[in-house]
Amino acid sequence: MYRYDEFDHKLVQERVTQFRSQVARRLAGELTEDQFKPLRLMNGVYLQLHAYMLRVAVPYGTLSGPQMHMLAHIARKYDKGYGHFTTRQNIQYNWPSLEDIPAILDDLATVEMHAIQTSGNCIRNVTSDQYAGAAADEIEDPRIWSEIIRQWSTFHPEFTFLPRKFKFAVTGMHTDRAAIRFHDIGIEVVKGTDGKPAFDVYVGGGQGRTPMIAHLIGKAVPAGDLIAYLEAIMRVYNMNGRRDNLYKARIKILVHSLGAEEMKRQVEEEFALVTEQGIPFLPAAEIERIRAYFQAPAYETLPDTSDALDAALAENRRFGDWVKTNVAPHKVTGYAIANISLKPVGGIAGDASADQMDLIADLTTKFSFDEIRVTHEQNLTLPFVRKDDLYPLWQALEAAGLGDPNLALITDHIVCPGLDYCALANARSIPISQKIAERFADLDRQHDIGELKIKISGCINACGHHHVGHIGILGVDKKGTEFYQVSLGGSADETSSLAEIVGPAFTEDEIVDAVETIVETYLDARENDERFIDTYRRIGKAPFKEKLYATH
Amino acid sequence: MAQHTNKRATTQAVTANRLTDGDVVYFTAAGDWSLWLKDSQVADGKEDCAKLLASAQPAVSAQLVIDPYLFEVTVNEGEIIPASVREKIRMAGPTIRLDLGKQAANA
Repeated sequence: MYRYDEFDHKLVQERVTQFRSQVARRLAGELTEDQFKPLRLMNGVYLQLHAYMLRVAVPYGTLSGPQMHMLAHIARKYDKGYGHFTTRQNIQYNWPSLEDIPAILDDLATVEMHAIQTSGNCIRNVTSDQYAGAAADEIEDPRIWSEIIRQWSTFHPEFTFLPRKFKFAVTGMHTDRAAIRFHDIGIEVVKGTDGKPAFDVYVGGGQGRTPMIAHLIGKAVPAGDLIAYLEAIMRVYNMNGRRDNLYKARIKILVHSLGAEEMKRQVEEEFALVTEQGIPFLPAAEIERIRAYFQAPAYETLPDTSDALDAALAENRRFGDWVKTNVAPHKVTGYAIANISLKPVGGIAGDASADQMDLIADLTTKFSFDEIRVTHEQNLTLPFVRKDDLYPLWQALEAAGLGDPNLALITDHIVCPGLDYCALANARSIPISQKIAERFADLDRQHDIGELKIKISGCINACGHHHVGHIGILGVDKKGTEFYQVSLGGSADETSSLAEIVGPAFTEDEIVDAVETIVETYLDARENDERFIDTYRRIGKAPFKEKLYATH
Repeated sequence: MAQHTNKRATTQAVTANRLTDGDVVYFTAAGDWSLWLKDSQVADGKEDCAKLLASAQPAVSAQLVIDPYLFEVTVNEGEIIPASVREKIRMAGPTIRLDLGKQAANA
């Protein structure tokens, strides 16, 4: 993992001191809300329906055990005993008082954490593949490049007041678990012509009210040029992005209006300008310095099979289900990647109690070389687990309500906080997710249905990623009543597609039946072991629409 | 926030968030702020509602509350009921965590 150097420590501590003074001035009446709002947003503090909300950055979703313990401590001491893991791989607290926030930031700084650039029109937390450093087909660990981008973009003076917020995602391989094509800039590590890591750079993806898939404009950009190339993109955006209309200010609108070819041309022109002095933006020594932080952990030499695992599989069927859905192959023999579902039936997607966080922190230290990942699908991943340890790990998780074997199944949803918490929402999301999960709670049925990603947003801002759900659900308000619009066929992976609206919206009472109708239509049409998304792509929207609205 | 005000509403009260902790508060007949909707002053008609909102404004410069706004209510046998789902949730707390928010006091 990356560890702070003296400059990082100083930077974070200075920011805490500065924000403490700003909060004191606000409480003393020396700053109005209009003056204070941009300052609090730069430190991740929002005002939501019931209270302030603090968003804490988890760079590329990577946490250590002690950091997770600190998140639990903050939940317990300053909040209401829980936290909410988000699609930017961050954590949010829903109930901090403004007076306590400087103390929270002080506590976070002791474990090299902060809330900087988790809000505002700047470069936000860089997200990445939760299997980084552990996936078999990885070209290189994307954490290295995420960290380089984090350092370059933190407090970058040119990019503090962008036209709008700006999001990066990085994957170290073609298989995409980081939704890179739905980011302002998405980066895929590829093999360059010299066999060394290079970068395919995608620009102009995003969701919100105008969903778009990013365009590939930079092919196999060499490592030494990466930051200069990104700087060139940011400059083109900063110069030409719209500042007159909030809804047209994201880079996707600029790329769409210019066209990908013209965007590419302007970026290349700017790239030539920024590199003409011949000063390397990213010296090889600096790449090596960062790379050194992400060396492989001290793996043991183990056989591929584990007798302990085989015995447990024979003994416990629920554990067997968990291994089937929640455990992924590891690049090192004898190891596995273990995913912890934060989607228990009846729970709230992405929420974890302080006690659960403490337990996960202990298990991380014991079983995963002290490292854990937050996933953009609001689950957690232990990336380095010995196959021998999978059963005791799962038993400890199961005892704490964290052992659900439902990863990527019909009860594993991305869900925004919706109208239960969010000041921008038009409709509730969480209760809809809970009702769907309850309807499909039967595990045999879930496993029979197979991979099916439901994503739910409570407003058009699409924080619940409904545009890329196999089934996407968008809550809307119609004259004070919540309605739910369904779209089908979205996918955030390397086969990226945007979901299509299937027809008129459903009421809260109808929406779960509608999902069941969609699932039944899929099961009737499914050929062999086709996943939902495969069937949808083969048969299209019409059969689903017909079934959904036949009785309307 | 103004966009949560229904322009056609006739019966309204004023709400805001408290500066120190962001808690939901309501403007009362006594001219102060209460955590409970039942204490709020209700106005009828455009003119009286505008006056009510205006009389809540000094609390903004006094650094007590943030962004006061009018929201639609009905009064049924003395009970003040918010018209929108949003204000019902602000009044009570998250519908999926009855142990949190103001509703927790009744649990």
